[in-house]
Amino acid sequence: MANPLKPVDVVLVGFGWTGSILAEQLTQTGLEVLALERGKFRDTVPDFATTQIQDELRYAVRDGLFQDPARDTLTFRNSVDQTALPMRRLGSFLPGVGVGGAGIHWNGQLWRFLPEDFVIRSHTEQRYGKSFIPADMTIQDWGITYAELEPHYDTFDYLCGISGTAGNIEGQIQPGGNPFEGPRQRGYPLPPLKRSYPTVLFDRAAKEIGFKPFPCPAANTSAAYKNPLGVQMGPCTYCGYCEWFGCGNYSKASPQTTILPVLLKRKNFSLRTHCDVTRINLDNTGKRSTGVTYVDAQGRQVEQPASLVICCAWAQHNALLLLHSKIGQPYDPKTNTGVVGRNYAYQITSAVDVFFDEIMNPFMGAGALGQAIDEFNGDNFDHAPVGFIGGGYIALWTTGGRPILQHQLPADAPKWGAGWKKAMADNYLKSASIATHGSVMSYRDSYLDLDPTYRDIYGDALLRLTFDFHPNEIKMSGFLTDKAALIAQAMKLRSFHPIPREGHYSIVPYQTTHNTGGCAMGANPKTSVVNKYLQSWDVSNVFVMGTSVFPQNAGYNPTGTVAALAYWSADAIKNRYLKSPGPLVQA
Amino acid sequence: MPRRRLYMHQKPEALSELSAQTKPPECEAENSSGVKECASLSRRSLLNAALFLPAASVVGCSSPRESNLSEAQESRPAFAFFNPEERAFVEAATERLIPDEEDGLGARGAGVAVFIDRQLAGPYGRAEHWYMQGPWATGTPEQGYQLKLTPGELYQTATRDVNAWCQKKHGKAFAGLSEAEQDDVLHGLESGDVELPDVPAKVFFAMLWNNTVEGFLSDPMYGGNRNFAGWKLVGFPGPRYNYVSEIEQYGKPYTLPTVGILGRNGALLKKG
Repeated sequence: MANPLKPVDVVLVGFGWTGSILAEQLTQTGLEVLALERGKFRDTVPDFATTQIQDELRYAVRDGLFQDPARDTLTFRNSVDQTALPMRRLGSFLPGVGVGGAGIHWNGQLWRFLPEDFVIRSHTEQRYGKSFIPADMTIQDWGITYAELEPHYDTFDYLCGISGTAGNIEGQIQPGGNPFEGPRQRGYPLPPLKRSYPTVLFDRAAKEIGFKPFPCPAANTSAAYKNPLGVQMGPCTYCGYCEWFGCGNYSKASPQTTILPVLLKRKNFSLRTHCDVTRINLDNTGKRSTGVTYVDAQGRQVEQPASLVICCAWAQHNALLLLHSKIGQPYDPKTNTGVVGRNYAYQITSAVDVFFDEIMNPFMGAGALGQAIDEFNGDNFDHAPVGFIGGGYIALWTTGGRPILQHQLPADAPKWGAGWKKAMADNYLKSASIATHGSVMSYRDSYLDLDPTYRDIYGDALLRLTFDFHPNEIKMSGFLTDKAALIAQAMKLRSFHPIPREGHYSIVPYQTTHNTGGCAMGANPKTSVVNKYLQSWDVSNVFVMGTSVFPQNAGYNPTGTVAALAYWSADAIKNRYLKSPGPLVQA
Repeated sequence: MPRRRLYMHQKPEALSELSAQTKPPECEAENSSGVKECASLSRRSLLNAALFLPAASVVGCSSPRESNLSEAQESRPAFAFFNPEERAFVEAATERLIPDEEDGLGARGAGVAVFIDRQLAGPYGRAEHWYMQGPWATGTPEQGYQLKLTPGELYQTATRDVNAWCQKKHGKAFAGLSEAEQDDVLHGLESGDVELPDVPAKVFFAMLWNNTVEGFLSDPMYGGNRNFAGWKLVGFPGPRYNYVSEIEQYGKPYTLPTVGILGRNGALLKKG
């Protein structure tokens, strides 16, 4: 191993949204902050220039911006009695790699979780009784409240220039917004995006039924915007290339379009790319980290001393790093003890494809251009008669009409041949899809650990994912799909057909990149890896960010909550930890 | 006729522009899809020529130079990956999966076989980004692709197997069968009823179909979707970038000409 490098105050493992937020916040205090990123440097110019980025084959089909399974993957099985096999190619979820992380290729669908989501176990027990929660369901309160997070949600809304209509400002329900959302201190910084035709028809139909549709909050700018850091964004052009692409127009919020122009100029910040962090190092007590070991671009193993280590990697990669570094007790489903790897969760999606007589021009869109209803999310409705926990939103998104992956065909259309061709010609311009986006609870048998067989390029064990959908989720998703079909029916369409989520979870078809858990946060060290400030219970100078800390998953896209938690944790580090380094919560 | 509607109402400028660029004097006829056609050339030979010449015109008319192509010249080895047997199979199979019919807007006109050949010759064909370490096991359907074969190797192995199956059943390789026989074989691969000795037929069919759709609907710079054949069929105007003025024009067709990443000439190929 090379000689240790000059120590830094803070080392960040990974440089996507959370790494950028932590770096910007902590460099303000004068700390020397170093970010280590496994992928390459990239920026709006030249990497996402509109002269090259609108290439569905290169980016969406051939995974141009995503994690490379040849270097980094996991193994997967549905249940403990199966042998996990490697995810040889990407499918069900698409983690990012490189500067900006998945914050480059997201759609910009920016939600807050509901106040009840953060106290789901105590709230459910109180409203429905303890026996309402299945015995194998390991959901838990987050150890934090919506009210504590609200100022940090607000910070991120204004950093990104969110377009939308507020539904609840300080307890006052606002017309046209989501009346079910938690109270926010003020409205969105920008008005909602222009509406596409299918979203107008969805809105009309949902209102006819008696629902309260609203424009989905969008990290796509509806107008020019200058954020509090002084970074300028341009208005969205509705080109339809958000998800799985970088934005060439400075219109989709990403670290590059909101933080990096300021952060990269700070002298106390440095960034090293193509660095794979393989271990968080501990001193001989095992209670304190001394920094990290990484393999640099030239393949050299390097030791980087640091006073504070913050895991900002892709969700499940944080759990892998803790397992390899022997920080925290690994979870064992047999004995139901240990915490690292526990409570992996996901989301459950379904769709209702809709076919019109009129032209919809699906190629005009934006990643977060949608109209939604939230009547059936979280605990916004009485769960006693339906007998399941959780929910989700129902939305008609018009994210684009990229023809290879974004075409819908009627259920009876031939799968290939002249009939397929005719169906494509008849339907491409005249179709859309209503999506349901459902929560997934955590369970005793859904977890992450180290694979006994398969190895990565450094010879380290791959992470092993054991996960399947449970009856609670299948039932809930079916319920949402039925409600979505109800709206489709009211849209006066040529035809529609529901595509419910059924059977075992499969790693093959793309569903959502909202994987959560493995490093759950909470109030009890026996059931959580980090405390409410995202600080490791075991090694107090290690913090963990990202969806890895979610104890279970809610029915919303997670980026808003990920960012709010990062600001919340940064605030605790700046104002509490630095004054007196050590555990912020006594176990 | 939906396709006619697409041409007449949605891309009129694109069509006239293309025709104007490429109109040699002998062009007169206009077929049922509103696509101009040369009386002096059969559609099939015209499309064949187009496949193997950079910047050849499919939807418009061929130049005199192209029309003088001999059969030998047409079949020169422009393929980077396939051997002649593999190429014949993939051409024949993709032409059944998305037939050209009368409009020329199918896999042959779009150059789908050229696209697949190029993809297999590159990082995709070599599975460069896939985790390809053993041990190898069949796994469950939920665990996804678990073959030791790269996509390139899968095509090569499956082609040999399919042709052997066709020889045994019909006495001819796949490319020599009638269209109805070819369709039967493809249905058999899709369902798994045709069993191949070395590869799972369903896995191969799924890859072939996905790659066919990719070649039909990806940017023409990759060698498929030639002259925007696939995009014109469905009505996608290409990466157009700015719809601020149009997005609220509800129900109205979008009328500007089709573009690709390299511009309005859908036959331009990316170098290198």
